[in-house]
Amino acid sequence: MPFNILVLTCVTYVALLFLVAFVAERRAGIGRARWLRSPAVYTLSLSVYCTAWTFYGAVGYAARSGLEFLTIYLGPTLVFIGWWWVLRKLVRIGRKQRVTSIADLISSRFGKSNLLGVIVTLLSVVAMTPYIALQLQSVTQSFGVFASGTPEGWALPNRDATAIWVAAGLALFSILFGTRKLDAKEQHHGVVTAIAVEAVVKLVALLAVGGFVVWGLADGPSDIFRRITESPISDWELQPDRWFGLMFVSAAAVISLPRMFHVMVVEGGDESHLGRASWAFPAYLMLMSLFIVPIAVVGLERMPSSANPDMFVLTLPLQEGQGALAMLAFLGGFSSATSMVIVEAIALATMVSNHVVMPVWLRLRPDVAMTGDVRGVVLMARRVSIIAILALGYGYYRMSGGSTALASIGLIAFVGAAQVLPAMLGGIFWRGASRFGAGLGLLMGLIVWAYTLFLPSFGDDGVIPAHVFALGPFGIGWLRPQALFGVSGMDPLVHAIVWSMVLNASAFALGSIFSFPGPVERMQGAAFVNVFDEDQTGPQGWARGKAEPETLLMMAGRILGEEPALGFFEAEARRQGKAGFLPDATPEFVELLERRLAGSVGAATAHAMISQIVGRAAVTVEELMAVANETAQIMEYSARLEAQQDELTRTARQLREANEKLTQLSIQKDAFLSQISHELRTPMTSIRAFSEILTEGDLPPGMVAQYGRIIHDEAIRLTRLLDDLLDLSVLENGTVQLNLGLANIQTLLDKALAAAGSTKPERVFTIIRDLPSENLFVRTDADRLLQVFINLISNARKYCDSDSPELKITVRQRAGRVSVDFIDNGKGIPKESQAIIFEKFARLSDQSRAGGAGLGLAICREVMANLGGSVSYLPGQGGAAFRATLPLRLDRKLA
Amino acid sequence: MSHVLLIEDEPNIAEAIRFILTRDGWSVSTLQDGAAAMAAVHDQKPDIVILDLMLPGRSGLEIVESLRADPATHGLPVLMLTAKGAGREREAAERAGVSQFMTKPFSNADILASVRALAGR
Repeated sequence: MPFNILVLTCVTYVALLFLVAFVAERRAGIGRARWLRSPAVYTLSLSVYCTAWTFYGAVGYAARSGLEFLTIYLGPTLVFIGWWWVLRKLVRIGRKQRVTSIADLISSRFGKSNLLGVIVTLLSVVAMTPYIALQLQSVTQSFGVFASGTPEGWALPNRDATAIWVAAGLALFSILFGTRKLDAKEQHHGVVTAIAVEAVVKLVALLAVGGFVVWGLADGPSDIFRRITESPISDWELQPDRWFGLMFVSAAAVISLPRMFHVMVVEGGDESHLGRASWAFPAYLMLMSLFIVPIAVVGLERMPSSANPDMFVLTLPLQEGQGALAMLAFLGGFSSATSMVIVEAIALATMVSNHVVMPVWLRLRPDVAMTGDVRGVVLMARRVSIIAILALGYGYYRMSGGSTALASIGLIAFVGAAQVLPAMLGGIFWRGASRFGAGLGLLMGLIVWAYTLFLPSFGDDGVIPAHVFALGPFGIGWLRPQALFGVSGMDPLVHAIVWSMVLNASAFALGSIFSFPGPVERMQGAAFVNVFDEDQTGPQGWARGKAEPETLLMMAGRILGEEPALGFFEAEARRQGKAGFLPDATPEFVELLERRLAGSVGAATAHAMISQIVGRAAVTVEELMAVANETAQIMEYSARLEAQQDELTRTARQLREANEKLTQLSIQKDAFLSQISHELRTPMTSIRAFSEILTEGDLPPGMVAQYGRIIHDEAIRLTRLLDDLLDLSVLENGTVQLNLGLANIQTLLDKALAAAGSTKPERVFTIIRDLPSENLFVRTDADRLLQVFINLISNARKYCDSDSPELKITVRQRAGRVSVDFIDNGKGIPKESQAIIFEKFARLSDQSRAGGAGLGLAICREVMANLGGSVSYLPGQGGAAFRATLPLRLDRKLA
Repeated sequence: MSHVLLIEDEPNIAEAIRFILTRDGWSVSTLQDGAAAMAAVHDQKPDIVILDLMLPGRSGLEIVESLRADPATHGLPVLMLTAKGAGREREAAERAGVSQFMTKPFSNADILASVRALAGR
């Protein structure tokens, strides 16, 4: 097979993956992604468990050590079938607490501790780097196999160049589809769909090679069984300690590998999918392992003894002249490697950005929560982290020279990832688990793993000098890396598993027992352990009313984006029975907001950011008692009381607000008469004075004309005022006649901008518009809508007090409604006035008489209500900001 | 010739008063903003001040209070105009120390008579 075709196929395949991911993102973007989130896709995405190590390495493993390779499949199978309730709890916690990574889970559980997040991140990056290097190596190696088999004798002149191209391509893919946007939930439809496609490719490839071996090279199953019995593989004896250790470590890994946690909990999040996956994923693993032994046996028989058994899947079809099959096998291996690297890179980058970059950034510049571009920094941190992680992987690959057998690197990574297991399981099942214990256990596990397995893997005199292996550091015999505490003669891998897990778990348990968890830890502990008890999400000690809702909104906008933040605040305000966009900053609301933010930047960072605004969280004794007291009766009783209390609080708040509003209205009614008197008397004064002057006679004709014009103008001013009053009264009574027709928003805005004259014509007023988005036809009363637009624009022209005034007009269409935002860059409307500006004569100050009687916004409000929409003030936009919303198609019935 | 300082932000009303008083032989200067009122009084030393209640910059009431607090202008006659309802505003104005209070609209004869009376003519 010509090498050029291989490269071409490879590029085509990658292009196809990009296309799949792109289309999936696109469909998810327009909300048609149901099938993207089906149980089948979920199960297939779990197959990132099967890396190039499984694809190529399992055959090599079988050829070297017989059936031991099966442990790698058995561990996960046992977890998914027997322990799926653990997974369910993890998924439920992940969804409720909006967990973004395994480091975030640990950090969030133990009091939103960032230190734990950093430890887990560090552990993960260290353990996964060789694993990523392994994937790069396997792709490069498989290229090499093809190259050496070609007649042109194309021998990879530069092996490293291949690896660097692969690494760069994977970084690009991960960045494009993994860091496109910052969601409240880390879900990447494009990546998951591409992974699912790759899962199918690798399964089909392995089955095809297996089928060819059984029915093409051998004479069917019975012949294969005979050959297996005769082959040296069947002479291998099971080593019970290794068998047990490997099964344990692979079972642990399937939960605690960063990429597995990512697809299972972070990307997933639907517990019903787990039900399907609990049998479908083991079935997938079973199919993946079905032909491993036959391929290994036939490979050993047919290939020269110098051939690397790790590459049998590829070399066997090549030697038999099955070019197409070999190509398929190559793509299968390629898929395994790429899907693993992509997901791992995204998962690790999320950890690094949320637990290392963000906290440092917040520490250095504490004001950024309010002013900085948080989203930009998070996304940039993730992109840079992805590149750095792949660069690390590539660096390790260059350094290690790519010589070690595939399986051993994978196992080292598995044992490393498994160190998170005690803290994780302890955290979700044991309320006594504490931050101190978790930190101690994790550090202990990290150190023992590194000392007994990771560092020795660089070989004698690699990192640890040979004499240390033989005699121990400083000649202390019981500290020999592979014979800790004098336990020698054990298999090094099993030795590392046993000691790291025993010391890790003991440190965790003892540390937890002998330390006293803080209040936030206790609250989080209860929320995690009792995740299945509904209504368990009490307030977490945020002080009541300490924060301005508007400040919170601005911060949320910087992280979630303006629109989602506004939507979230509006929904919460409605739930509290308030109008507008600003809910009260109750402890419940702040808690909810914190969790929402945690979905983007991780629990610890979200907690820190909220603390900057609200002040430190202080958990009261009552709240702690509520958590500590578990008897069902009290729980239920207090729940009922709480419900009543909530109801009362809500009613009280509504009453209070109604009362406040009535008082305000009454004051305004008084002011109304005074105002209307003033507004009528002013033009009347000019008219009376000048008409008296004119009646007295003997004026030059020029002055007669001038004074006559003044009388005329003032009469018109009076008429307009009366018109406005009448208009308002008709609108308020709902007896208005609407003249419905199709109108183009852009045309209306053009007209409104031309009509809304400036009171200060010498000022340059910049208008920012997005013409394409405005080209939208609505069925409404065009004249009425125009009236509103003119009003809002002339208000901005009158009141915007910026030195270089700007008005930004944004038009959006969503779910059958159109919204038009008018946002200027002045100092905006003070919070205490926002509630009254839509009332009649609510001119904010008597002093700044910018003309008009103060009826404009009241009329706007009534017009929009008549058009089936609304106009409201958008808080937290910098300047004064108004949003008019209306239905795309207004029904006559409604009007 | 006696001098009148007229502080009124509605240009048409100011023009009407200016015309009526000028025709009667007064010299009139007008001001639209309340902030500059005190400076104008010290500058022009008017014989009488006509003042609107609601002014941009500084309210009529505040200006009267300043005038009364200053020994140089303590006895200066002040005629206050307003388009607002009489009751509360009149009380406040009298408390601040205006010489006379007049609601809009007024007849030309009234305002002329008041100015003459206040100036002692």
